[in-house]
Amino acid sequence: MAVETTPPPALAENRPQDEEPDVPRYADLLNCMRCGLCLPVCPTYRELGNETDSPRGRVALGRAVAEGKLKLSPNLVDHMYRCLDCQACVTVCPSGVRPADLIKATKVLIDRELPQPFIKKPILAGLLPRPRLLELAMLPLFLYERTGLQALMRKTGLLRHLPFNLGQMEEIAPDLEERPLRQTLPEVVPARGQRRLRVGYFLGCAQNLAFPSAGRDTVEVLAINGCEVVTPRTLKCCGVPQANYGAIHLARDMARNNIQAFESAGVDFIVTDCATCGSFTKEYASLLAGDEEWAERARAFSAKVRDISEFLVEVSYSERLGALRRRVTYHEPCHLVRGQGISAQPRQLLRSIPGIELVEMNESDWCCGGAGTYNLTHPELSRRVLDRKMRNVAATEAEVLVAGCPACQMQLRYGLRRAGLKMSSAFPSQLLAEAYRKAEG
Amino acid sequence: MLDKKTLADLKELVGAENVLTAEEDLACYSYDATPLLSRRPEAVVKPASTSEVAAIIELANRRGFKVVPRGSGTNLSGGTVPVEGGIVMPLTRMDRILEIDAENLTATVEPGVITSQLHAAVESRGLFYPPDPGSMTISTIGGNVAECAGGLRGLKYGVTKDYVMGLEVVLPTGEVINVGGKNVKDVAGYDLTRLMVGSEGTLGVVTKVIVKLIPYPESKRTLLALYRGVGDAGRTVSSIIAQKVIPATLEFLDAVTLRCIEDYVHIGLPLDVGAVLLIEVDGVPPVVEADAAKVERICHEHGALQVQVAANDEEGKKLATARRSALAALARARPTTILEDATVPRSRVAEMVEAVEGIARRYGLTIGTFGHAGDGNLHPTILTDERDSDEMSRVQRAVEEIFRTAISLGGTISGEHGIGVAKAPFLPLQANAAALDTMRRLKQALDPNGILNPGKLFVSPGSL
Repeated sequence: MAVETTPPPALAENRPQDEEPDVPRYADLLNCMRCGLCLPVCPTYRELGNETDSPRGRVALGRAVAEGKLKLSPNLVDHMYRCLDCQACVTVCPSGVRPADLIKATKVLIDRELPQPFIKKPILAGLLPRPRLLELAMLPLFLYERTGLQALMRKTGLLRHLPFNLGQMEEIAPDLEERPLRQTLPEVVPARGQRRLRVGYFLGCAQNLAFPSAGRDTVEVLAINGCEVVTPRTLKCCGVPQANYGAIHLARDMARNNIQAFESAGVDFIVTDCATCGSFTKEYASLLAGDEEWAERARAFSAKVRDISEFLVEVSYSERLGALRRRVTYHEPCHLVRGQGISAQPRQLLRSIPGIELVEMNESDWCCGGAGTYNLTHPELSRRVLDRKMRNVAATEAEVLVAGCPACQMQLRYGLRRAGLKMSSAFPSQLLAEAYRKAEG
Repeated sequence: MLDKKTLADLKELVGAENVLTAEEDLACYSYDATPLLSRRPEAVVKPASTSEVAAIIELANRRGFKVVPRGSGTNLSGGTVPVEGGIVMPLTRMDRILEIDAENLTATVEPGVITSQLHAAVESRGLFYPPDPGSMTISTIGGNVAECAGGLRGLKYGVTKDYVMGLEVVLPTGEVINVGGKNVKDVAGYDLTRLMVGSEGTLGVVTKVIVKLIPYPESKRTLLALYRGVGDAGRTVSSIIAQKVIPATLEFLDAVTLRCIEDYVHIGLPLDVGAVLLIEVDGVPPVVEADAAKVERICHEHGALQVQVAANDEEGKKLATARRSALAALARARPTTILEDATVPRSRVAEMVEAVEGIARRYGLTIGTFGHAGDGNLHPTILTDERDSDEMSRVQRAVEEIFRTAISLGGTISGEHGIGVAKAPFLPLQANAAALDTMRRLKQALDPNGILNPGKLFVSPGSL
């Protein structure tokens, strides 16, 4: 029988990859016993129905590459990049395989072995690490929305004739409310009343640019709870986009910069209201574990990181909250519920606001399809994942959809517009801040 | 071989987007959950209706290519690996629940319906479809029928074959037949329904299934009994049955398995014991009360160190879910997991688990044993590393000895995973020459061209 069985021992025993921490270890790939329990939880498998777009399939592709049975073909790269990194496979796998992480590691291999699109490096290495430049780059969008051009484009249906991704980008682009938060938020915001803690605010890029008022509310909530809030000006991108596009060395540069930024700020905790920044900065410790100079500093940094909801529940928060009579539902960002194991705290915060009625949606922890830039790179698939989410959202008949992640927020707001739902969307800290303000009169 | 014309015809039949030929796709349909086994198909073809299935099979007969029907690819005997090439034909697009008939207590479904989705659909109406294989969150009903899947509730409620009342089947020559139906009593002709169930995709492609439903049990109670050694646990099993209690679930887990599961679920499973029994009794409340008390007493009589009773259904469910993860959790320990399915009459369970312990010692292997002890269906699982050729040869010998032991105790080489490729060499240990010959003749009569899932069940596939 011409059946492939196990690889020849010589190949298997001494994989050069096993020495490399960033690319998939052969032993980890082998650990998948192909039970298939990851298939039902994978959004791309559920939409597309092909094994090739499942976690088990992607691990099998990784293994075939390691065994020299498949090349890093453009098609294989596509299947790897079709992963949303929602981490549902990681949580469900009884064997501890962590397929999503193996996929990210395969992207590192791809980044090393294949020529990369020319646009990738300028964005990942040039633009994202430079907040000011990034803010400048967003200026056209800001003007587009402010000059009435947007209304015209949407009304006339001109959008359909834009190149596909540009049209999609237009549709999901958040309303740029105001200037980037970094430009208006003082570097140090004093605690209201007695100072309990000195807290660093990890202001993520998306929060800075797209949701400055939500970010300001986070800082206000911290200040009301006795925190002096430091937002270091030298802070850069957390490194997630770099890591997700396989440029792990650039992600490490970001990590080192940010560790240093908060070291000089001398803070007790580092708080963020971006699920993705939070989950990745908690990983700085493992990201720099092999770097002698930085390993200990990274460990100390990661140990201080908290999501805003996690932080408030941990250190306890003022319950002088005014009533908000609203029916709300909660969407669990992947990088919060699975990335950080945070699920109860945001709900606890919401329930503690008088008048709020929290209605649970079905599949609250199912990915919304936002996934960073996924909605731009995979518009059609992203929309299909979103539609599933919106059906569950609509069924709650809530007035407010709550999620503590800017990428989810952009996607969910797009979903609300697309579905024509009369529902608003908010970060947990926005509702909290409003309730505090109400209590103060 | 698939020539260009055949490929074009297949695309014509099911739509180009439902014919996959990229190397990456072929690699992903080269395996199922069986270790150490893979071969790439020449194409993956995904039909959406009975007529498309029939047309594909008909084309296969004309052009001479092989067809391997597939559900979600969770089977454990190589049943969906295209060992002789040809096409893999997933039926996952045919995934509608067509009808739930509360008056006749039946459900009619397409083969791609996920087992747990059927559970949810019927349970919302107070009905019950008991077969619950470990992979039920992704396994398909079609696959369950083809493999005659069992599960945790087999002891009291039986297995898939006990719930299949009727089928629509595309024969290996392309004709469509409807066998059985909604009649509780039906002896019109040979029982082709039963013949198809468990035929591992070699005698026909199931395209519609009528299953039997029963009322959902009113209440249940879950117990966890802890033991110092595997033998005490095994003797408890035989004793419970002998004393005429039939629990819904009577699962055995040894220390190796417990550790791996706890590593995954973190629900505080006991780690300082030699074995546990997970027992669930269900039915009307007074009977459940009485049975639970009786079971508890029997456990103590056979040296249970402790018997814990789940506080509520939620806690019981957690334990059952933990048990379902056993196989995959065992894969944590070593890179390769070789799962066996030997089954013995219930009175011999203790002998079997002790024999497996001995085999593990003699061959210097780690074997975690868990399984449906109540129905005698154990899953000794060898934790190994396929890269270690010396160890793998000991694994081979251990597996054979496990089979021989099971047969010598009056058991079978496979309770619920099927023969497929993995156990084909051992089928002659179990079935005598005349029985094997009958099976071959059946196969030959229904599939004269050897189109459907070749290379399964019988050792020399070429001879068909």
